[in-house]
Amino acid sequence: MEEKVITETREAVSMPRLGEPAPAFEAVTTQGTVRLEDFKGSWLILFSHPADFTPVCTTEFMGFAEIHPELKKREAELLGLSVDSVSSHIAWVRNIEEKMGVKIPFPVIADLDKNVATLYGMIHPGESKTETSRCVFVIDPEGILRAMIYYPLTTGRNMQEILRLIDALQTTDKHKVATPANWEPGEAVIVPPPNTQEMAEERLKEGYECKDWYFCKKKL
Amino acid sequence: MACINPDGTLTASAKAILSALSSPAALEKVAKSTDLPLFRIRSSIREMLEAGLVEKEEGKYAATKLGREKIEGGKDDQVKTDL
Repeated sequence: MEEKVITETREAVSMPRLGEPAPAFEAVTTQGTVRLEDFKGSWLILFSHPADFTPVCTTEFMGFAEIHPELKKREAELLGLSVDSVSSHIAWVRNIEEKMGVKIPFPVIADLDKNVATLYGMIHPGESKTETSRCVFVIDPEGILRAMIYYPLTTGRNMQEILRLIDALQTTDKHKVATPANWEPGEAVIVPPPNTQEMAEERLKEGYECKDWYFCKKKL
Repeated sequence: MACINPDGTLTASAKAILSALSSPAALEKVAKSTDLPLFRIRSSIREMLEAGLVEKEEGKYAATKLGREKIEGGKDDQVKTDL
């Protein structure tokens, strides 16, 4: 009896990592050719969607357009992406404005060669071999990747969570603190835990709101 | 190209950027005066440098003679485009 050998080949998928420089790229967008370095000095929210002219993506684009003014206040820019042509993107954003009354103010990458999608691990073949999943990459003004969110094709993202995430990261940078679960701006933040026994003993005397030496909060 | 239309004329944003560069200026200042995001300014300046509309002088940017002619006299047919 002939023995069957089953071989499976899997493409190595590159995935960016938190705390490291975000992968550099140059890409054609609805607002011209941009490079990652063009966003230096601003926060950047690079996000992908599966395809133009699809309903969940349309609701998300309207959502991103809605939070765009709030992001601008936080010195954060938006940059969309999908594996579609720039003509398709232009037709879609014009359609959203015409049918939904929402102007899309941010550029959208036409990633037909999947260059950026591959660099950022946006294609998850278990979901789709051709479409990008709903990914969000938060890149800080120095070009460091600070946060990632991955949602499946079926589930639209929460825009308020993206705003909350930017607020949390900016608060962390400004005040050298961490933020607890469900934190919202104005609420108490977490004081980083002490690193030494001496610091732990002193921590409870420092006037913070403490449950124990490792769990202290403060108001900003 | 985002700054130059296929017929060689300049886009509205390109004209605004070139006008802001009538005297040498830093890109941050151009972004403020045109109310365009800095990434758009950087991207557009790159294209306009290639097209000979803008030049860099001591860390600042300024419209070239051709660039000034484009915004003053509307010499829109002289910019090379890649179609």
